[in-house]
Amino acid sequence: MSDSHTHDVSKHVRSYVLVFAALAVLTIVTVWVASFEFTVGAAVAVALIIATFKGSLVASFFMHLVSEKKAIYWLLALTAIFFVVLIFLPLGAMLDHQGTPNVP
Amino acid sequence: MDIPYTVDARPDTGMYNAKLGIWLFLASEVMLFGALFSSYILLRVAAPEWPRGASILSVPLATLNTMLLISSSVTMVMSWASLKMKKFGAYRVYLGLTLLFGLGFLIVKSFEYGAKFSHHLYPGDSTFMAIYFTLTGLHVLHVLGGMIVNAYLWGPGAKMWKTAPEQFTNRVEVAGLYWHFVDLVWIFLFPVLYLL
Repeated sequence: MSDSHTHDVSKHVRSYVLVFAALAVLTIVTVWVASFEFTVGAAVAVALIIATFKGSLVASFFMHLVSEKKAIYWLLALTAIFFVVLIFLPLGAMLDHQGTPNVP
Repeated sequence: MDIPYTVDARPDTGMYNAKLGIWLFLASEVMLFGALFSSYILLRVAAPEWPRGASILSVPLATLNTMLLISSSVTMVMSWASLKMKKFGAYRVYLGLTLLFGLGFLIVKSFEYGAKFSHHLYPGDSTFMAIYFTLTGLHVLHVLGGMIVNAYLWGPGAKMWKTAPEQFTNRVEVAGLYWHFVDLVWIFLFPVLYLL
């Protein structure tokens, strides 16, 4: 392993510590914000925005997605598309039938 | 016969095989948890009323568990970074801490489950409890699986450091990618089940 490689990793170590601190603070913020009297919609939005930000920090730095190979990005883009379909297709189908009588 | 591309990057993918393998596995994991999150949304939207997680579950214990898992994630990545810097002793310390944080998570979770059972709250009692036990139970199994792999890499599997250090470092990276994914899932489970 070259000295420059070792130096690169030691630079990353600093970012890992910063990300850990950010995750800890954001966890406290998540709990604090949940004590506000938001409507359900607003509470869901705020909680998921913070969770998504925390998740991106983990994926970007701990899982090294900030500097990953193209094949991984394509794989994850495809996964994201199917994930969105998985979440919204059943929901859309259900909302489509809401209010209609359950006729056999 | 040697297994190809355990260290060197495959020319067409630009990475060693195990890395592509673990990302493909994680993609399937996204769909597994995604299906359960989708079920959660459907059940919640269709329910005439839905309890606030905090009224049934312990937010302080779940917050503690979140802290334990994010701590385990940073020690996991530090263990890999230690190997990259050829500090095997530090690797052992960081991976050992990762295991302890994981164990702490499981202990806290067992207290949580125990409290629910002592109040006669079981998966069959309500839709909320059913989805709570399904999601957290599957997550706990993932934590357990990750800990078994990490324990192997900390103990007997660490012998490889002497014979094939780069391959061993890659093994730790792959185990780390899985462990971070388990942390990532919890980051979403925590607000969804406990706070909303």
